[in-house]
Amino acid sequence: MLEVKIVLKNQTGLHARPASILVTEAGKFKSDIYILKDGREINAKSILGVLSMGARKGDEITIKISGEDEEQALSRLTELLENFEE
Amino acid sequence: MTLKGIPASEGIGLGRAIVIRESDSEISNTQVTDINTELDRFLAAVERAKEEIKEIKETAQRNLGEKNAMIFDAHLLILEDPELFNMVKENISKGMNAESALDESAKFFETILSSLEDEYMRERANDIRDVTSRVIKILSHKEEIDLKSIPSCSIAVARELTPSQTAQMDKQNVRGFVTEKGGKTSHTAIIARTYEIPAVVGIGDITSVVRDGDFLIIDGNDGTVYVNPDESIIREYEKRLEEETRKKEELRKFLQIEARTQDGRRIKLVANIAHVDETDVALKNGAEGVGLFRTEFLFMDRTEPPSEEEQFQAYKTVLEKMGERPVIIRTLDIGGDKSIPYLNIPKEENPFLGCRAIRLCLAQQDLFKVQLRALLRASVYGNLKIMFPMISCIDEIIQTKEIMKEVKTELDKEDVKYSEDFEIGIMVETPAAAIISDMLAEEVDFFSIGSNDLIQYTLVIDRTNDKVSYLYNPLHPAVLRLIKLTVDNAHKKGIEVGVCGEIASDLNMVPILIGLGVDELSVSPSKVLNVKKKIFETNSEKEKMTIQKLVGTM
Repeated sequence: MLEVKIVLKNQTGLHARPASILVTEAGKFKSDIYILKDGREINAKSILGVLSMGARKGDEITIKISGEDEEQALSRLTELLENFEE
Repeated sequence: MTLKGIPASEGIGLGRAIVIRESDSEISNTQVTDINTELDRFLAAVERAKEEIKEIKETAQRNLGEKNAMIFDAHLLILEDPELFNMVKENISKGMNAESALDESAKFFETILSSLEDEYMRERANDIRDVTSRVIKILSHKEEIDLKSIPSCSIAVARELTPSQTAQMDKQNVRGFVTEKGGKTSHTAIIARTYEIPAVVGIGDITSVVRDGDFLIIDGNDGTVYVNPDESIIREYEKRLEEETRKKEELRKFLQIEARTQDGRRIKLVANIAHVDETDVALKNGAEGVGLFRTEFLFMDRTEPPSEEEQFQAYKTVLEKMGERPVIIRTLDIGGDKSIPYLNIPKEENPFLGCRAIRLCLAQQDLFKVQLRALLRASVYGNLKIMFPMISCIDEIIQTKEIMKEVKTELDKEDVKYSEDFEIGIMVETPAAAIISDMLAEEVDFFSIGSNDLIQYTLVIDRTNDKVSYLYNPLHPAVLRLIKLTVDNAHKKGIEVGVCGEIASDLNMVPILIGLGVDELSVSPSKVLNVKKKIFETNSEKEKMTIQKLVGTM
């Protein structure tokens, strides 16, 4: 299992388009992908889960990935979260 | 029966009513024992809903463009949502039937999302409702009217038409739209004008008054709707429709010629648009260009501002369609009566005297810069002119030019191309701007008079206020003097003046504006030929004399 902490830098946080892009990308991997914030764990492949988390700019989230393609998933998702364009 | 609404798209339509109702699905909550069968039933309904949504999405992409189709992607994501699915599964295992299991789970997420202090989240809560009611409808075998095979000579009647509904309809068969909600700029109104279908909106409870198959006459010119009218009224309207068609035919001879007054003065005749699709209507009616593209409509009815790329695509499309013809694109004119929830503009005591239009853009420069970048990038695709609204002092132009310079430097660094010689202009719509128009003319390449605001600010009249609207008078000498002053000052400095407010489309006002010396009229696309005919009938020298009488010695 892989784990990484990320601070959200983009203006809207995990809202709107960034949220749906993240969920779409997460859905492309076989691994189980979860996001932790403030003690809540949600499935990163769930748009409703990600949205209801309400993560904003400056919030720290943890991504947990386990599965056969966990390494590719981790690098793709961190790259995405670091470089969200508004 | 005769009903009255807001005329939203011109013309007369006669036809049979098709009432599009939102089904109020009573959700059955029978207990189930065979959990696996119920789960399969749920999965099958989800699959069917996905197919329906994909189909609607494709039609929307074709007819309404990428932006309007994006909402359906959100719907598909919800249907594939694992957290939602798990909750439904749990509920079914407890013995709930698929309908109520889904309803319960959807409500859970709806409640969380709508409790968040965020317009975007509340919209997503609506999406969940939208999608789940589709699935529940499939589960309970409630059929919807098939809009694709709408019979010929139909008049669509609805509480409000959604993009997914208008996208599916065969517009050839639609003779009119009537809706309970909406105004002149609602989705229905714009689609109607784009396809030149008569429309009346804002009629209270039309869907409960009208039944399928009722014979309707709708008059999109004055907003009247007749339900099952007498034979004599039908005759009369058939005659008027014939007359309208004949007049339209007659006006076609003006299509290819440039507008000139009786005494040979050339007047440029261009169109106002609010939507990319309206470009086609403008061209079809022989407009020489776009005199006003109201970009705020790109920002409305959504939950986040359009990205630079999306704006760029919209501006580029209009410019390419127009070819060498000039296109005046006005930057965001928001505030006043037009608000946008996601911009978080604080409530103001006096929005019309508050932080609107250019003032808002100068206050929220990030927003403004994105629009300017998109405009500059689009500038290489046609004859672009950029116009700034609500200017009231020189400093606003200087600041705007500063920001424009910054944007250019950014683009240079990124090696992005833009045109070097596009014109910039301003709206003259405050008395202050008209009075200092000699100074403003030093700073810009053209003026466009926004008569609606100029009249309201000069005469101190809110014309939506019934108690004072009788004072709204475009012929008030104060208004005419300000227009004349603006035109004279502009001409002294060698720049041109257009008028893009409602008075430019008003056939009684056209001769007056010509007499005042205006160079260009920008009118609604469907009015171009009518106004052109009026210009040909006008003698500009004679009108000048009339004006002298109206405004006195200045």
